[in-house]
Amino acid sequence: MFLKKKFQYTAFAASFAVASFCISTPTFSAETIKIGILHSLSGTMAISETTLKDTMLMLIEGQNKKGGVLGKKLEAVVVDPASNWPLFAEKTRELIEKDKVDVIFGCWTSVSRKSVLPVIEELNGLLFYPVQYEGEESSKNVFYTGAAPNQQAIPAVDYLMDELEVERWVLAGTDYVYPRTTNKILESYLKAKGVAAADIMINYTPFGHSDWQSIVSDIKKFGSTGKKTAVVSTINGDANVPFYKELGNQGVSAEDIPVVAFSVGEEELSGIDTKPLVGHLAAWNYFMSVESDENEAFIEKWQAFTKDKKRVSNDPMEAHYIGFNMWVDAVEKAGTTATDAVEKAMIGLKTPNLTGGTAVMHKNHHLSKPVLIGEIQEDGQFEVVWETEGTVPGDAWSDHLAGSKDIIADWTAPIKCGNYNTKTKKCSGQNF
Amino acid sequence: MLQNSGSSFKLISIAILTVILALFLLPLPIVQAAQDSAKQSSFEQIVTLLAQKSFKEKAKALDALSHVDDERVERILNAMLESRLYYLKSDKTVVFTEKVDGLYQLNAVLNQESLGTVKKKKIKKISLNNKLRKKIRLILAKIKLSHPDAAVRYSGVKELLKKTSAETLFLFRELRIQENDDAVLEAIDTGIALSEIESTDVSTQLDAIKVLGESLLPVARAKVAALAVAAGNAENIDLKVRQAAEKSLKKIDGSLEFYAFIEKLFFGLSLGSVLLLAAIGLSITFGVMGVINMAHGELIMIGAYTTYVIQLLMPNNIGMSVIVAIPAAFIVAGLVGIAIERGVIRFLYGRPLETLLATFGISLILQQLVRSVFSPLNRIVETPAWMSGSWEINSALAITYNRLYIVIFSLMVFFALLVFLKKSVFGLQMRAVTQNRQMAKSMGIRSTWVDALTFGLGSGIAGVAGVALSQLTNVGPNLGQAYIIDSFMVVVFGGVGNLWGTLVGAFSLGIVNKFLEPWAGAVLAKILVLVFIILFIQSRPKGLFPQKGRAAE
Repeated sequence: MFLKKKFQYTAFAASFAVASFCISTPTFSAETIKIGILHSLSGTMAISETTLKDTMLMLIEGQNKKGGVLGKKLEAVVVDPASNWPLFAEKTRELIEKDKVDVIFGCWTSVSRKSVLPVIEELNGLLFYPVQYEGEESSKNVFYTGAAPNQQAIPAVDYLMDELEVERWVLAGTDYVYPRTTNKILESYLKAKGVAAADIMINYTPFGHSDWQSIVSDIKKFGSTGKKTAVVSTINGDANVPFYKELGNQGVSAEDIPVVAFSVGEEELSGIDTKPLVGHLAAWNYFMSVESDENEAFIEKWQAFTKDKKRVSNDPMEAHYIGFNMWVDAVEKAGTTATDAVEKAMIGLKTPNLTGGTAVMHKNHHLSKPVLIGEIQEDGQFEVVWETEGTVPGDAWSDHLAGSKDIIADWTAPIKCGNYNTKTKKCSGQNF
Repeated sequence: MLQNSGSSFKLISIAILTVILALFLLPLPIVQAAQDSAKQSSFEQIVTLLAQKSFKEKAKALDALSHVDDERVERILNAMLESRLYYLKSDKTVVFTEKVDGLYQLNAVLNQESLGTVKKKKIKKISLNNKLRKKIRLILAKIKLSHPDAAVRYSGVKELLKKTSAETLFLFRELRIQENDDAVLEAIDTGIALSEIESTDVSTQLDAIKVLGESLLPVARAKVAALAVAAGNAENIDLKVRQAAEKSLKKIDGSLEFYAFIEKLFFGLSLGSVLLLAAIGLSITFGVMGVINMAHGELIMIGAYTTYVIQLLMPNNIGMSVIVAIPAAFIVAGLVGIAIERGVIRFLYGRPLETLLATFGISLILQQLVRSVFSPLNRIVETPAWMSGSWEINSALAITYNRLYIVIFSLMVFFALLVFLKKSVFGLQMRAVTQNRQMAKSMGIRSTWVDALTFGLGSGIAGVAGVALSQLTNVGPNLGQAYIIDSFMVVVFGGVGNLWGTLVGAFSLGIVNKFLEPWAGAVLAKILVLVFIILFIQSRPKGLFPQKGRAAE
């Protein structure tokens, strides 16, 4: 009851904020292109999502300085879905119907995306989703600028298996859809590679879990059989801080049992003393430490925008950077902001990413990305220790799950389907 | 013979001897110098080999470095582990670095000479991966073996036990002859046994199995288990060896199980101490005064943020900051508590529903206040060095210091509060007011004043809990919400108004939770505990230790 009450309060506060925002800038509405920003500014996910809101504001400001798009100014409409998943759907409806935005950049957790999907398809809106996720989805109205499992999880497991000769696996995650699906994919992938069921340990914890003593101790025991052991972590949000603290305190060093994380980036590490964590790994498509001219310029702009010389950048920020630049190109190419025209124009577009390569938007609404594996350093940055040669195209439907092996997504004619079975040649229409 | 000869002959022979001697002695320094310079150049060459991007090449350079007998090797390897070893991008000279106000102070690797300061762009770090780090630690461990301090030698041997080989067996045997420290000797014996268990000689194997049966090292267990279980290749293993291995394995597993039980018990106590700290303030405001204070969690949060602010004020003394934060958090949270009592709660005594809503509103206000003042992002509260790491009792049991101190701290807070309530004048007045307000008033006690201070005391203790929690969990605006449910649970379970009940309730819930967790998982364990409490409250609505007599009314 209390929780519900709290959500109502925050919802009220948020809608009030939006209302006042709209009142202050009504005169431009005829000439501007509106961009909705749907990121939680309060609640558990605020820690990660606030940064993305600021990134979008910076990108929009930069584009406006260059003269906007199609000769019109861009205008940001910021709403706060308050880490409350159903509120994400409500706010999406509000953004499209009331604020008449042309495109939405937003969401972080998969739960929030799943709650937005029915609304965005019904109202034929456009969503750019910037975070690595579990795949098994391709909506006509969503562009996935983060990594699919084959662009993060699978290469990371390959690295552990080939380079570090890991034989025993702990799959630890937060208890919700992304870790559960990812671990399902990984489990079947590992088993296909000949790993015995006894050599895989799976563990789930609630959001915001803080008492990691017994789990870390279990991992230690699991890893003491003489076979090389690694932890694949899909632990999300601020639960990572006490997890890594406990690892450090119990003396689990990266040389004995390395932890490879899919949701821990520079931002999350800036909250911990990283000295005991040196050598633990993370798999992403971007690291702040990558040396390229684009990256240097981006970080400089970001630190100037936030007026904080120590502010870090991270992978989902790069995803928004790519997504935003592609959207601008697509609108210029289509000559309009209408959803269908932009969607068509997006496919096949190329734009430079921040690590010195090129991102390509594919027919399944996923990007080509390089896969980087980095080790945590003492200063809270990652040092790249391995990377794929060139980029890997994102796979919407995993090849490692029995149910989705034959399924592809292709939004160009003649297939035009997000869930197309290549064997039966049928479109199921079940896009997510 | 010389003495028997003539004096002139004597002289000549001395001269000849001198010449011969001189001829003999002369080349010595030359040879020495030549050897030195060869060593110097090879050392230099190997060090420059480190300045490469490829990890494979670096591994080769490290192998070469491990064969160089030079005291500088240790310094270089340590600098590498601490990521202080860089090279100049211009000419690949390898240098030590020290960060001084955003710039990098360089020192030569060969002779520690200062090379001035440069910007970050001019230099590149010699990066490591896990394989290389492991390699370096092994080389360092070998260097440590000849250290005069027994503790250092012990750590070196321990490191080498992780990966034994023919080479370590040789090293250990050499070392064993001159070693005199018991702990080091024991570790060396384990190391020798780890290699000898793979010997082809049955009696050597049996001896090794016996030695390893005493060890709790994971490697030892794995090696013994390999001989005991050996399902597929039973014919290859001598029957005696197998039986001995099985016996040793049983012994190892028995003691491992025992230590696992102790460890679980400690985890339970540790979780219990967190629950105790969170609930103890509430057992005063809710238990003694009867105020349903939904803002209790936020008072904990204020204590945690006080720790953060104290650390900002004394950045150079993190070790002390946590100690200073305890009274500071008590005062800050206590004052906020008194303000809440004077401003809101005193108008609502005897109206629990209104109190609940009003304090819930206050909790939202406090959360938003913190969000506006400190940002919605979590703040970093550093852990002092004396609270990090763990106390290794043996290879199977280690207790982390932060948890250990918090268990002790929670008990200290509990007993201090107990003594304060039982022995002090204020404690007496407080109990008098809560038991019979009218009577206390007529005895000359200012009941409103006592109310405010009692609430302040409960809030202050919540603040102190915040200091402890800042060491375990994230310090953010939502910190309090995570603990409010747990706090009420403990107080209701233990019996409202009874401090001892809170103590027993907290520790038993903590221990039950930790014993359930391994087979139910963290999510289900929590649910089971909640279900258990609901059922328990059904049959004993007043909790474990209900108040008896007149105080109960």
